[in-house]
Amino acid sequence: MAANDAFRDLFFEEAEDLLATLSDDLVRLSAGEFDNEIVHSIFRAVHSIKGSAGAFSLEELVDFAHRYETVLDGVRSDRLELTPDLFRVVQRSADHLAVLVEAARTEQETDRAVTETALAALDACLCAASATGADPMPTASETPEAGPAQEEPQFGFVPLSLDLDSLAQTGPQSFDICFRPHPSLYENGHEPALLLAQLAELGHLETEIDLSALPHWSAPEIVEQALSWKLRLATDATQDAIEEVFDFVDGLCDLTIQAEGNDMPETVVQNGAPIETATTKLAEPDAAPTATCIEAETAEPASAAKSVAAADTPRPTLRVDLDRIERLFNAVGELIINQSMIAQRVDDLQLHHDADMAVHVESYRLLARDIQEAVMAIRAQPVKPLFQRMSRIVREAADGTGKQAQLVMVGEGTEVDKTVIERLADPLTHMIRNSVDHGLEGPEQRCANGKDPVGTIWLSAAHRSGSVVITIRDDGGGLDREKVLGVAVKKGLVPAGADLSESEIDNLIFLPGFSTASATSLLSGRGVGLDVVRTAVQSLGGRVNIVSRPGKGTEFTIALPLTLAVLDGMLISVGNISMLVPISAVLETIRPLAGEVQAVGPDECLLSIRGRFVPVIDLAANLGVPRAVEADAPMLLLLVETEARGTCALLVDRVHDQRQVVIKGLESNYGHVPGVSAATVLGDGQIALILDPDAIVAQNHGAGLRAVIPS
Amino acid sequence: MSIMVLAIDDSRTIRSMVHQALAAAGFSCELAEDGVEGVRRFEELRPDVVITDINMPHMDGFGVIEAIRKDVANRRVPILVMTTETAKEFKTRARDAGATGWIGKPFDDQSLVQVIRRVTGAA
Amino acid sequence: MQDAADQNGEVEFVIFTSGGQSFSLDIRHVREIRGQSAVTPLPHAPEEVLGVTNLRGAVIPVFDLARCFALGATVDAERNVIVIAMNGTQTIGLLVQSVSEIVSFPRANIQDAPDMLGGSAQSHISGLVPLQEGMSRVIDLPSLIQRRMPVPA
Repeated sequence: MAANDAFRDLFFEEAEDLLATLSDDLVRLSAGEFDNEIVHSIFRAVHSIKGSAGAFSLEELVDFAHRYETVLDGVRSDRLELTPDLFRVVQRSADHLAVLVEAARTEQETDRAVTETALAALDACLCAASATGADPMPTASETPEAGPAQEEPQFGFVPLSLDLDSLAQTGPQSFDICFRPHPSLYENGHEPALLLAQLAELGHLETEIDLSALPHWSAPEIVEQALSWKLRLATDATQDAIEEVFDFVDGLCDLTIQAEGNDMPETVVQNGAPIETATTKLAEPDAAPTATCIEAETAEPASAAKSVAAADTPRPTLRVDLDRIERLFNAVGELIINQSMIAQRVDDLQLHHDADMAVHVESYRLLARDIQEAVMAIRAQPVKPLFQRMSRIVREAADGTGKQAQLVMVGEGTEVDKTVIERLADPLTHMIRNSVDHGLEGPEQRCANGKDPVGTIWLSAAHRSGSVVITIRDDGGGLDREKVLGVAVKKGLVPAGADLSESEIDNLIFLPGFSTASATSLLSGRGVGLDVVRTAVQSLGGRVNIVSRPGKGTEFTIALPLTLAVLDGMLISVGNISMLVPISAVLETIRPLAGEVQAVGPDECLLSIRGRFVPVIDLAANLGVPRAVEADAPMLLLLVETEARGTCALLVDRVHDQRQVVIKGLESNYGHVPGVSAATVLGDGQIALILDPDAIVAQNHGAGLRAVIPS
Repeated sequence: MSIMVLAIDDSRTIRSMVHQALAAAGFSCELAEDGVEGVRRFEELRPDVVITDINMPHMDGFGVIEAIRKDVANRRVPILVMTTETAKEFKTRARDAGATGWIGKPFDDQSLVQVIRRVTGAA
Repeated sequence: MQDAADQNGEVEFVIFTSGGQSFSLDIRHVREIRGQSAVTPLPHAPEEVLGVTNLRGAVIPVFDLARCFALGATVDAERNVIVIAMNGTQTIGLLVQSVSEIVSFPRANIQDAPDMLGGSAQSHISGLVPLQEGMSRVIDLPSLIQRRMPVPA
């Protein structure tokens, strides 16, 4: 049963798909859509997971899936009624199944007690069914207690083996075997000669064909049906081993096996259908061509499936090694750079008057962008599976806090880069838990406030101008700003008496150190705060924001790039070096007037903007490069949003334009450069560094700024 | 010529595992992912043996067996059912539908190959 | 080629001049030799790291070899070239004054660097090879690079 790693990966990949189907189906059921095909589909997903999991000795998973499947089988065969209570169990079981699959995938220990509880819930459903006088569930025959993971004999075929004990006692023995195949034996694809050959392997076999029943001049089929054998087998094997040979033809023949010296046959004649009936059946004309029959049989379930899942018709897909896509990705990056280099070169050569050339250059540009988009689309995946996992998180969190919550998903078909989705899972989980945990009120309080006792969390995804925006909104009580400010002051995150705007107070919850074990519950917490969420989102080149309305709820917005391979940046220069600042961080460009920038202390400068003071950071000094503009030239500031210090102003020499660039790592050939996240190749072949504003701000030393303050 | 096996299963994992086991044993193995495709592939390929799962979308394993057996010419083709079911009634039902034999799930490569040899007489 | 050289006990070296002195690098480390191209300075880099340049889409660091051996900065000149070298999976550029020749030596002719070459100079030299007009120092590339790489983030 050694299944290698490739199959294991395949299994988990497939299990993930099946869990997604399961989740989809459950949503449809809960939306009041009841169709037996949905129940069948749910059953098949669970059954399929069980079937494959067995190959990897995932016993807990197999056991659980088996019991779950038994309940589902009850539902699909109308032995169990899908009451709201039962549906709840079915839903929770799907969640638990997902947990078990995940635990198996990551090879982590599961909490056996949780599984026991889940199993007990399933058992209770089965017991309830038998208690109410419904047909008994077929649990006895399927022996869920024993579970398929246990060492039950592989029915259907057990390698023929000798029982050494009985061999010692009995020694070689002769058996008289009478074997008379029914026509159905042939119809089921059996061949008596093969059975005889297998018997012969057990020992010495004497055969005698009994032709007594042979009619005159019959068709060959009829001849076969009339044949019967009288066999004598001298063997060391047990009678069980002999019966084993006839296992598949049980009921398709008359068979007696009698050990020599035994008067009574030990295996009695097994009567199948009488020969006459079968012969008649055989003689029936096969009027309808086979193909027609198939269509007739498939028409019904196929149309049923269509009616419930017209939108879900699976499109043909191709599975490709991720490495190959990476290679394609890199090559396209090169293509884009090459294209812009050629365009720039053509520009430099002043070939504009050559209309043909201009047209070709433009088509090249469009073609290259098309290819780039198409390649990026390869890595794009819908956020749906990620969102579906969140409904489980909502249920778990609601259970853990005694709240009632439902998740409403919007735009789950929105596609985002695979890596972005993968790296979004943790922060999103955390935020969803946070929303249930801290956002929603308990049912009593909600009722008292005139709200539906069931809280709602909206999770939505949408594309907005080259980025994907994910929002998590709840209809809870909103942030208690007084409390938030109090906590922040107590923890020394803001000075006491600080005058902060509402939005600034709301954003305090993202500060490292804001959240502590006491501020978070068991669920969302583990001592991890929203600062981790913000860091994770920022590492993806994204931004997270919060808008809270007291009494109405809270909305978190995450804006992310569609891919990690390209970046929208503002091209700036400092000294004679070109650099890119990620557009996600850029707020605006400012030319401060005299008096708007003032020195504070020996080497700090503050920009006064719209009544606020923002630290000014000299990028040239920070990066250790000489400035390229005269000291008395007007100041040019780029306002950026940072995690560490909020809004900051970067002093730059020039701001060029906004452009999309292909991200090139620095680390493989060099290493990490402080304040720089990566590099890119510009149209002229030159390399521009991509700045990491947060790192710049964090390492800031403002030496020499005084000299550039406009006066 | 090697024996051609048509394996019908809606699980990618199982299909891959069956394929590897059979290819390693020198069988040629063709795959189908549901009952309807399975029957279509059967008509097209005329394999020597069919292995089919039972619980599949569009057409289940019983449907596959019945569709294949409907044509008298296909009666001699061994059809093996691969399933986690162990109940006696299930075996009876499969046999009544026309199944030649059974293979338990999870299967091990060796027994799978042995069962195929058993019903085909392949060396 | 390389295998054949090894069997004969011969090693091929690229000989070049940097800071007025002769250096050599095992040809198996050398990927190509290019004219000097635009280099983008890196912030907070040690002085011998000139910056990064574009090698067919890859971003590679360029070191001033003369500075690596404390021979002062290489002066801008027409003949300056960048030796593109591979150290494992890492690709780097070495700015040198000029490349003179490729020479093959019996392995036995490579002498150990004498102890008198103390300090930093010694740490990146794996031996000496005799030339018609004197001798050339064999660069220990892994050692040269390793010392100058920032710790990966």
